[in-house]
Amino acid sequence: MVSDIISTVEFNYSGELLATGDKGGRVVIFQHEQESKNRPHLRGEYNVYSTFQSHEPEFDYLKSLEIEEKINKIRWLQQQNAAHFLLSTNDKTIKLWKISERDKRAEGYNLKDEDGRLRDPFRITSLRVPVLMPMDLMVEASPRRIFANAHTYHINSISVNSDHETYLSADDLRINLWHLEITDRSFNIVDIKPANMEELTEVITAAECHPHQCNVFVYSSSKGTIRLCDMRAGALCDRHSKFFEEPEDPSSRSFFSEIISSISDVKFSHSGRYMMTRDYLSVKVWDLNMENRPVETYQVHEYLRSKLCSLYENDCIFDKFECCWNGSDSAIMTGSYNNFFRMFDRNTRRDITLEASRESSKPRATLKPRKVSTGGKRKKDEISVDSLDFNKKILHTAWHPKDNVIAVAATNNLYIFQDKIN
Amino acid sequence: SPSWSGLNTNRKMRADGDDSLYPIAVLIDELRNEDVQLRLNSIKKLSTIALALGVERTRTELLPFLTDTIYDEDEVLLALAEQLGNFTMLVGGPEYVHCLLPPLESLATVEETVVRDKAVESLRKISQEHSPVDLEVHFEPLVKRLASGDWFTSRTSACGLFSVCYPRVSSTVKAEIRQHFRTLCSDDTPMVRRAAASKLGEFAKVLELDYVKSDIISLFTALASDEQDSVRLLAVEACVSIATLLPQEDLETLVMPTLRQAAEDKSWRVRYMVADKFSELQKAVGPEITKNDLVPAFQNLLKDCEAEVRAAAANKVKEFCENLPEDNREQIIMTHILPCVKELVSDTNQHVKSALASVIMGLSTILGKDNTIEHLLPLFLAQLKDECPEVRLNIISNLDCVNEVIGIRQLSQSLLPAIVELAEDAKWRVRLAIIEYMPLLAGQLGVEFFDEKLNTLCMAWLIDHVYAIREAATCNLMKLVEKFGADWAQNTIVPKVLGMANDPNYLHRMTTLFCINALSDVCGRDITTKQMLPVVLKMSEDQVANVRFNVAKSLQKIGPVLEKITLQNQVKPVLDKLATDKDMDVKYFAHEALSGECLPYEYS
Repeated sequence: MVSDIISTVEFNYSGELLATGDKGGRVVIFQHEQESKNRPHLRGEYNVYSTFQSHEPEFDYLKSLEIEEKINKIRWLQQQNAAHFLLSTNDKTIKLWKISERDKRAEGYNLKDEDGRLRDPFRITSLRVPVLMPMDLMVEASPRRIFANAHTYHINSISVNSDHETYLSADDLRINLWHLEITDRSFNIVDIKPANMEELTEVITAAECHPHQCNVFVYSSSKGTIRLCDMRAGALCDRHSKFFEEPEDPSSRSFFSEIISSISDVKFSHSGRYMMTRDYLSVKVWDLNMENRPVETYQVHEYLRSKLCSLYENDCIFDKFECCWNGSDSAIMTGSYNNFFRMFDRNTRRDITLEASRESSKPRATLKPRKVSTGGKRKKDEISVDSLDFNKKILHTAWHPKDNVIAVAATNNLYIFQDKIN
Repeated sequence: SPSWSGLNTNRKMRADGDDSLYPIAVLIDELRNEDVQLRLNSIKKLSTIALALGVERTRTELLPFLTDTIYDEDEVLLALAEQLGNFTMLVGGPEYVHCLLPPLESLATVEETVVRDKAVESLRKISQEHSPVDLEVHFEPLVKRLASGDWFTSRTSACGLFSVCYPRVSSTVKAEIRQHFRTLCSDDTPMVRRAAASKLGEFAKVLELDYVKSDIISLFTALASDEQDSVRLLAVEACVSIATLLPQEDLETLVMPTLRQAAEDKSWRVRYMVADKFSELQKAVGPEITKNDLVPAFQNLLKDCEAEVRAAAANKVKEFCENLPEDNREQIIMTHILPCVKELVSDTNQHVKSALASVIMGLSTILGKDNTIEHLLPLFLAQLKDECPEVRLNIISNLDCVNEVIGIRQLSQSLLPAIVELAEDAKWRVRLAIIEYMPLLAGQLGVEFFDEKLNTLCMAWLIDHVYAIREAATCNLMKLVEKFGADWAQNTIVPKVLGMANDPNYLHRMTTLFCINALSDVCGRDITTKQMLPVVLKMSEDQVANVRFNVAKSLQKIGPVLEKITLQNQVKPVLDKLATDKDMDVKYFAHEALSGECLPYEYS
C-alpha cells in the first residue's frame, strides 16, 4: 500500500525509542526491549510501542489545494519527565505529541456497582473515594500543540534548538522560529522569496539547529550551498554569517550539474564541529571553520553519473536522500537505489554497500557487502548498473545515538541492523 | 447548586437514604468522568468533597488518589494545583498541611509549564503554613528531592521554592539550600539554568548580605556569561534586584562590570533585555552610575544595529530622561540623548520610529517651552509627515503632552494635513484609529477650528463603505456632542444626519437611524422630539425591510428620552402598524419595542 511507505525515521536522544512516519500520516514508535539473559549476543529487539494517526488529509479551501497527510519529518524533544515528546510535520502543520504510559486505573464508584449496575442513588449511606489499582501497561499518544498556518510552501525540515524551548521549521522559501509552548505566533527569521517570483533561482532544501550553540543554525539550498546564520546578530537572519560552497569543477559541468548539486539533507555532527551534506551523487563533510571546500567527500553511487539522462527522465534525479552520523561521528550512512545503503568510516576511509531486503537480510543473519560493477567485466557476486532497481530507494536512515544500531527504511519496510557483539 | 451536573434535582428525595450524600457522591464519581468539563467541575468543587469526607478521609483517601491523577488534561491539573493551595483547613489545619505535599510534588514535575508554575505557587503558599519544624522535616526534603530530580521539570520547579523556605530554616539547612541553588545555576539543562536565573533576584532578597556578596554575585556573573543567550538575558532582570540590595559603594565592583558587558553583548536579545529593563536598572544603580555609565550605554542602545533593540530603547526615552538627576538633566538630554533621538526620527525601521513617536511628546514637559519649540517641534512635525501611519497616529494620540507646554496651535498647520491623510487612509483600521482620537483633538483644538477643518471629515466617515468605520463615526458624533453641547449639535450635525434619511442608498439611511440612537440621549428631549422623531417615524414607510425594523429598534432606543404623551400618540401607532408588517423581522422588532423593557407601561 502506498500509504505504508515510510517517509521518515528518527531515534530519540537515548536511542531507546525509534519513530517512523509514513505517507498515510501515521507515526509508529518502536521501543528497545531489555536485553535478555538467554541471548546475550543480542542487544535486544525493537518492538512496536505505540501507533497513532498524526496527520489527516486536509483541503485548503482558500487555495483549492489538497494537503497530504504524509509525515515529512519527526523530531524528538529532549526528555523532560517520564513521558516522551515528539514533533511531527506534514507539508503545512507541525504537531507536538506526548507519548506516555499508564499502569494504574481508578476503581470504585458511588453510583455504580463493581459490575457497572447503577445503585439506587437514594440508598447511599457512605461515600467511597476511588482507589488506584495496577493494570496492564497502556501507552497513550496525545496531541499537545498544533503549530499551523505559518507556511505558504511545503515544510521540508523541523529542528529542535539546544535551548530546549524553541525550534525552527523550514519550507522552500522561509524559515520560522517557534516557541514550543506558543502556537499562535512564530518569527520569520529567513525569507528568500524574491519580490518577483519569476526571479526565483534557488530554494531552501533543509535546515538544522546547531546541537550545542542555541544561536546557530544552517540551511542548505538547491544550488548546493549552505548558509550558517547567527541569531545573535539580528532578529532577521537574511544575512548569513558563513557561506559554504565548493567551487565547481568546470571540466565536469553538464546540463545536470545544478540538479545534482542540490543538497537534499544537512546534519550537524554530534560534536557540533562538522556538518554533513548530501547531494545526488555524494556526501560531503564540512568543517564549520572552513567555508571554501568540504574536508571529506564520499561518492555514494558515482556509477550513476553516466545514467543521469535516464534518471532525469524517470524523475529519480530529484530524489531526496537523507544522511546521518553515528553516535561518535566516526562513521556516516546514506541511502542509494536497489535497496542499497552506504556506510563510510571516516577514520579508515573505508566504505561498504549493504542491502536491506527480505531476501538478503534474514533475522540474525550477517549482511553481506554488495558491489556494483562499474567496469566492463562483471565479477561474481557483483550487480551491473543496468540491473539496479530504481524503484527500491532508501531515502531515510537513522543511527542509534550511542550504539551501533541502525534503522533503514526501504519503501514500506523498516530494517533494524546491529553490530555483532563478539 | 445548579452546576451539579448529572444530578436530577426534580426527583423526590426519599427519606431512607442520606440525601445530603448524593450530590457529593456524584461529584466524587465525576472526578473520573470521561467528559473533561465534568471532571473540571468536580475538581473545582474539591473543597465540597473534602468537607463531606472529613479531614481524616481527605488525608488518607482523597489525597493519595489525587497524587496519582497527573495523567489528566492540563486544565484539570491546573485547577487541581490551584485548589490544593487553599486546602490547609480541609486536611486538618497547619498541623497536617504537609499532607498536601505529595500531590503538589507530582504536579510540580508535569511537562506543562502553567501547571508546574501553579503547583509551585501553591507550594509557596502552603510553605507559610508549615511550622518551622515541619518546614525542615517535610517541606525542605521535598525541595531537595525536586532539586535533585532526574528530569529537568522537577529541577525547574525547585528553583521557585528556595526563597520561601530559606528565611525560616536553621543555618545548617540554609547552607544546604544555598548549595542546591548553586548546583542548579550550573545545571546541564538550559531550562534549569533559565529557571534559576529568573529566581536569582528573588533568592538574593532573602539571603544575608554577606552571602549576597559572596554567593549570589558569583552565580550572577556566571549566569550573565552563560553560553546560551536565553540564560544571559534573564541575568539582566536579576541585575535589577541585586543592585537594589547592595550598598552603593559595592555596585561599581560587583554589578557594573556584568551590566556593562550585557549592554554590549554579542546577542541582540540580551541587549534588547537591557534596553527593555533600562528604567528599572537606572533606578537600581542610582544617579551617579547613571550619569557615568548608563547615559553612554543608553546612547549605544539607541544607535544599536538591531532594530528590535533600538525600538525597545526608543520606548524608554521619556522614562529615562524623566528619571535623570534633576541638577543636570536638561544638559544630559540636550547634549547626549537628543542627538540620538533626532536620528531615530528618520530611522529605516518603522517600528523604531513608531516606538519613538509614542513617547517623544513626553519630552516637552521635561524640557520646557523654549526647548520644545526650538528642538522638539521640528521632530514632531517630521513625524507627523512620516510615511508610516502608525508613527503619525502615535504623535496624534499624545498631543495632550505638548498642548500643556506650548499649546496645540503651534502644530495645527502640520496637524491638519496629517489628520486628513489618515482619515482617508486606504486601510480601514488606520481610519478607525484616527476616528478614535477625534474627540480628544476636538477638545484641544476648540470648536471653531473643528467646525472649520474637521467637521467635514467626521461627516464623511458616516458614509464610509466599511461598517466598522460608520459605526465608529456615529459613536464619535456622540462624544463630540458631549464635548460641544446640544446647541452645537442642533446647528452643525443634526441637520446633516437627518438629511441622510433621504439618501438613495439604504445603508446611509440606516446610518441616520444609528446616529439618532447614539445622539438622542446627549441631544435631549427637545431636539429628539422635534427634529429626530418625525424623521424616524417617516422612515417606517421605507421600502427596505432592514430600514423598517431598524426604525422599530430606534423607537425602542429613544423611547426613554420622549414624553409619555408622545409615545402614546405618535410612536405607538407606528409600532402597531409595523407589528403587522409583511416582513417577519420587522414584526419581530416591532413587538420587541412594544414590550420593551424601557417602556413597560407606556404602551400597555
